[in-house]
Amino acid sequence: MKAPKFPQQVISLAIIFAILLGGLIAARILLVPKSFGKYGHYRADAADEVASLDIKYAGYKACLECHDDIYVIKEKSNHRGLSCEVCHGAAAKHIEAPDEFVPDAPRGRGYCPLCHGYNPSRPTGFPQIITLQHNPGKPCMTCHNPHNPLLPHSPEECSACHREIASQKRVSHHSSLPCEKCHTVPARHTTDPRSALPKKPTTREFCGGCHDKNAASPKEIPRIELASHGGRYLCWECHYPHHPEAK
Amino acid sequence: MESMIASAVSALQDFTGYIYPNEYELHWELLIVVYPYLTGLVAGAFILASLERVFNVKELQPVYRLSLLSALAFLFVAPLPLLAHLGHPERSLEMFLTPHTKSAMAMFGFVYAWYLMVVLLLEIWFDYRKSMVIWSREKKGMMGFIYRILTLGATDISESSLRFDDKVGKAITIIGIPSAFLLHGYVGFIFGSIKANPWWSSVLMPIVFLFSAIVSGIALILALYMITTMFRFKEISMPCLNKLAELLIYAMIVDFSLELLDFIQRLYESEESINILSHMISSRLFISLIISQIILGSLVPMISLIWARFGRLPVEMRRIVYFIAALLVQVGIFSTRWNVVIGGQLFSKSLRGLTVYKIELFGFEGLLTTCFFLLLPFAILYVLTKLLPPWIIDEKDIKPAEAQVS
Amino acid sequence: MKENKSEKPNRREFLLSCSKAIPLTGALFFPLSAARLLLAQESGDYDPTVHNYGMGIDIHKCIGCGRCAAACKTENNVPLEPHYFRTWVERYVLPSEGEALVDSPNGGIDGFPEMNEDIDTLRSFFVPKLCNHCTNAPCVQVCPVGATFITRDGVVLVDEKYCVGCRYCIQACPYGARFLHPEKKVADKCTFCYHRLAKGLLPACVEVCPTQARVFGEVGQQSSPLRRFLRFNDVIVLKSSLNTLPKVYYAGADGEVR
Repeated sequence: MKAPKFPQQVISLAIIFAILLGGLIAARILLVPKSFGKYGHYRADAADEVASLDIKYAGYKACLECHDDIYVIKEKSNHRGLSCEVCHGAAAKHIEAPDEFVPDAPRGRGYCPLCHGYNPSRPTGFPQIITLQHNPGKPCMTCHNPHNPLLPHSPEECSACHREIASQKRVSHHSSLPCEKCHTVPARHTTDPRSALPKKPTTREFCGGCHDKNAASPKEIPRIELASHGGRYLCWECHYPHHPEAK
Repeated sequence: MESMIASAVSALQDFTGYIYPNEYELHWELLIVVYPYLTGLVAGAFILASLERVFNVKELQPVYRLSLLSALAFLFVAPLPLLAHLGHPERSLEMFLTPHTKSAMAMFGFVYAWYLMVVLLLEIWFDYRKSMVIWSREKKGMMGFIYRILTLGATDISESSLRFDDKVGKAITIIGIPSAFLLHGYVGFIFGSIKANPWWSSVLMPIVFLFSAIVSGIALILALYMITTMFRFKEISMPCLNKLAELLIYAMIVDFSLELLDFIQRLYESEESINILSHMISSRLFISLIISQIILGSLVPMISLIWARFGRLPVEMRRIVYFIAALLVQVGIFSTRWNVVIGGQLFSKSLRGLTVYKIELFGFEGLLTTCFFLLLPFAILYVLTKLLPPWIIDEKDIKPAEAQVS
Repeated sequence: MKENKSEKPNRREFLLSCSKAIPLTGALFFPLSAARLLLAQESGDYDPTVHNYGMGIDIHKCIGCGRCAAACKTENNVPLEPHYFRTWVERYVLPSEGEALVDSPNGGIDGFPEMNEDIDTLRSFFVPKLCNHCTNAPCVQVCPVGATFITRDGVVLVDEKYCVGCRYCIQACPYGARFLHPEKKVADKCTFCYHRLAKGLLPACVEVCPTQARVFGEVGQQSSPLRRFLRFNDVIVLKSSLNTLPKVYYAGADGEVR
């Protein structure tokens, strides 16, 4: 008996695999989205679909087109650069229908401390209050205009902004020293803190003014031989002036 | 809204340290534990079958067809937990339509299809073709009709045609071995290639997966062979059982050494993640890793298997030890999958905290669904053994039928 | 709204016409229109290929107010539960000895309560987090169907009509920036407010940041706020060892940040 060129098994299987392969090819032609692969292995329309979503925050430029009066005031204040919608909330709806949707404004004591409540993790010098102690019960707006948040009076104590340092100094040997003993503070620093920074001592001799063995200062102050003590280091490289000789 | 946050917050109280906010939910749950477990059984059972076919391990003849059918039954179920866990199962076809060539997971569809269509089904078909042709002539009514369809019209059972079957079958088995390695090694690669996750990211992952697959597959067939023979009131072939036990021991030794190597390497390298990982092992994974995977699932069965195989034991006792060890191995391998999948998500990628996993009972990804997917393969296997009885070879009852035809 | 317009010009249109007439107001608007040009154009002939967006974050400026995270949730309809965030703020407290303490209660939206641990703090700061829009994005690499991708303007997006919800991308993201949207059942993440960029606006988090700790712009163009940020700061990217090449740059971030 002569063996068939293609055994029956091969023919049967070939038909089945051909059908499956054909099905896959047909499915690919029919079901793959049109824009797939236009710019890469993805549906190009997907990017446009995301891009066409509605906005909720209109952006400050939209606000100032009508409220330029407030914008001009605010841009000269400490709140310059602060977007209107930070406090007033998302306002795109207000742009669409100014009368139907009116943005809210936080008027109580709850909102401002999100930025200005004391938190030791905040960058030093950022204006912060201890909510419980700072005029309890009064809404912030009674004293501060949020569009021009000048302080009713400039801070009397450095600790108003530098609480962390003040609290350390209070329990240290330097507690009796006023900040001005070591720092010269420009007047502008209290109204515009970042534009004029206080000066710090720069030389060993400054500390030596009290701590050198020949210094004309009260006897109980610890003394060192300024010339030989600590080698080339500056005093504050080993001692923390706000809490000297602490652990 | 407030109650929602309150309930969420109360659920967070078991977390330790810091985890990224989006990590509060585990993304791959119990179903994804089941998936590598099932594919492991498939690969393991198939590799066992190919030992008989390709390397002529004669002792394994009684379990050859059983292994093939088990592999098929488990392979049918393997993708189901994946499908059930998808957010949009109706879109799963996209894996075939627009597979992303750079994605390990995109290859799933192809590896799976290749293994199912080209390897397993074909091998079983060629192996059973002669029997199916005979049955299609012998059986009446419905069954005869089913067998006629299964023969796909290839009813030639002449000598030369059967020789062709045998040759192709052997070729497929040879292709099948690397394919089985691919099927499960690839599952390991899905985890091992995630560089973001130090618990997963390891070159050894595919290899460890592979050997644990072989271990679980052999143990499964060992147990299945004992159970099926018992229910058929037949005599168990002790040489076969001994051979299976031997192979299981060797595979376990390799598997355990590899896992140990991975463990030691991590401990010795002591990278950034070592603190959180050791914390996780000693707290969250203590039961599933130390007790269930290493002690109960590896050391105890390994030692008892060695003792039973090479010690002086009565045959009855030996069988019982084999059986219990095989079951323990299953527990151990399931724990291995659990520790990889769930363990990899219990620590934060910030490496600063641990989260918790609470198994749901109901729900799509719950315990009940999982049990269903674990039992389903056995139901399928039962149907398959009714349709394509794998015991024919050892009972030699094909001989008279053969004589009739020829 | 449209019928309304035809009846009477509203205040906005009136002011707009005034602004064109009055040079003083025009001068006020000038830098804004320049900024507008940098981002996108009102005319609509937007060419994505010339853009490559990125973000700079100045740790020294972040006050941890959480407005960015809150605005993001509003702008992008992010589920409000405290474990879905496209952007969130972490607080780092570095003690004199031992591991850094990190927390992010509700992503920082409700502020940060005082830490109850009595620790000797060395330093403390806030770190806003978001999708890093990596150039070598692992999430894009692993997506099996091409449902997450890098747009031609360098933003990593999710195609919510195509995502199968397998969550492989969530596993692959080293930054925890992705989550599964509980209703849509697809992966979700920061888009750099792609819909806002297309309209010439800044991302919502950048828009509302009170201290300009977030700087948005072009990675590849000389005249861009981001380029200035990169010139003047020592920046790092997160988990640089993973070679994901992020495009969110941190100035002043401690080595502990990860």
